[in-house]
Amino acid sequence: MRGCVRLSRIISLLAALVLTGAATGGPVGAAAGTAPKRVVSINLCTDQLALLLAAPGQIVSLSHLSHDPDSSSMAEAAQAYPTNGSGAEEVYLLSPDLVLAGTFTASATVRMLRDLGIRVELFAPARSLEDIPERMAQMGAALGRAPEAEAQIARFHADLARLSAPPARRPRAALYYVNGYTTGDRTLAGDILRAAGFDNVATEAGLEQGGTLALEQLILLAPEVIVSGRDYPGQARAEEVLTHPALHALTGTRIAGTLTDRDWICGTPLVLSAVQKMRDLRLSLEVKK
Amino acid sequence: MRLALGLIALVALLFVLSLISGQAPVGASQSLRALITDDGTPLSVVMREIRLPRALLAAMIGAVLGLSGAAMQGYLRNPLAEPGLIGVSGASALGAVLAIQTGLSLMIPLALPLAALGMAVLAVLLILALAGPRGTSITLILAGIAISALAGALTSLALNLSPNPFAAADIVFWMMGSLADRSFTHVWLAAPFMAVGAALLLSLGRGLDALTLGEDAAQALGVNLSGLRLRLILGTAACVGAATAVAGAIGFVGLVVPHLLRPAVGARPSSLLWASALGGAAMVLAADIAVRELLPARDLKLGVLMALVGAPLFLHLIYKTRKEMA
Repeated sequence: MRGCVRLSRIISLLAALVLTGAATGGPVGAAAGTAPKRVVSINLCTDQLALLLAAPGQIVSLSHLSHDPDSSSMAEAAQAYPTNGSGAEEVYLLSPDLVLAGTFTASATVRMLRDLGIRVELFAPARSLEDIPERMAQMGAALGRAPEAEAQIARFHADLARLSAPPARRPRAALYYVNGYTTGDRTLAGDILRAAGFDNVATEAGLEQGGTLALEQLILLAPEVIVSGRDYPGQARAEEVLTHPALHALTGTRIAGTLTDRDWICGTPLVLSAVQKMRDLRLSLEVKK
Repeated sequence: MRLALGLIALVALLFVLSLISGQAPVGASQSLRALITDDGTPLSVVMREIRLPRALLAAMIGAVLGLSGAAMQGYLRNPLAEPGLIGVSGASALGAVLAIQTGLSLMIPLALPLAALGMAVLAVLLILALAGPRGTSITLILAGIAISALAGALTSLALNLSPNPFAAADIVFWMMGSLADRSFTHVWLAAPFMAVGAALLLSLGRGLDALTLGEDAAQALGVNLSGLRLRLILGTAACVGAATAVAGAIGFVGLVVPHLLRPAVGARPSSLLWASALGGAAMVLAADIAVRELLPARDLKLGVLMALVGAPLFLHLIYKTRKEMA
């Protein structure tokens, strides 16, 4: 079981960071007045959107990962709700009238629930900051909370505009993860980097979506800042690339450490705190110059 | 003499080729200049911190694996004895994985090669106990299969139990071996063990030559068989343990190289030792160039290439020795 949780954690993380989203799932059906009363979320990102927008008592259960402070930006708020293992059987027994899932959630589970007559609303992972208001509007409509969503979307736009004011100079940065993986501009992480006023060197290497960037390519690109992924518990040889001595031999490059944490995973307004942190990093670079 | 010079020239050539092959598209002369004079550019960092240790490790690992294969084959008088095939590499990988997963290698870096060495000693002892002094093919291969299977399963288990989501993906690395993104840390970690192991194995030459006449004759010639055996066990374990601890289990080097070079040295075990060391270095250097040139973005594992070359030869050798096995 623990293995499953870990796997789903990686999948949700990858889905959010990397994948090019498929089209958003089924139509948003809930008209005002027919707001669902028993909502079950089986995806880390829909967990958080639901927590932000749902009315008190509307949520019945959240996914396991929602309680994990390493993955969920709203782990504290999620503690108030029980969790589910995201399997069709378990979810059905909760007798929900709306299930929230990601488009990359196990399709067998989603099909089974739909066959059982349960409404399932699918949310595509956000690929950019622009996707976030759309997901919020979708969640607001699904929960029958459109006015709340409107208000939060307006706040999101205002905060983002304040944080992403164009900088005088755009430092070159790289996002570098386990196994030499990097993310390009056309991903949520890349867009966070862009909004915070950095240029992504992955684009120079032709990796707009992201992909494997060999360590020697990264070093020849010589970015001003290297931001690495979070450190997982335990040891893996795959993580050794993040501590390779060559990274520290680069003069003029700052290894900013593990900044890409839970706030980078899901397309929720909480990514603004990631933009804020990266912006602070950029401003600290300017001071040093 | 001509063989030695030829092999040294081949190793030197492949070493330079290894230095100039990589994912970054940089000219050969430019990159070699950056290697020799540290001009503070990122290219110097790439050449000195990434490609140089990688080429050094390829040469060192190939040399000790070739040497171990030749020594084991000489001692057991069986061309099928090879550290990868008889489970010594697999056991070393298990030792290395245990040192990493328990966090021991974080506290004491030397714990990594030492744990690999310890498990390698166990595996060699088991093999020699099971196969007996003469090492018939059938017992040797059966013992090897058993040890490899057990070590592989325990390695997978240890990695599957890890709380790290990427540990399971490391199974491929430990089973197939790779030199991607190794650093001088790994060179310094492995080098002392390899040096001691290689010295022990190279000292076996005279004893192995005498052993071709049979054990009684060898003893009559004044060869101390139990001392020979001890040096073989420790030498092989130090070589294979250190190599596996930093690069994973790379199989078939010790099978293919002695097989190819045996006719060239007139089947003398003592000459085969140094020849196999040079030949092994050349083979792993060549394979490591190939994995980078064939599929640069894929981190192709060294063991894949080795098996493509080595497995057909292994089958051929089994076919040849089927009379003995029947």
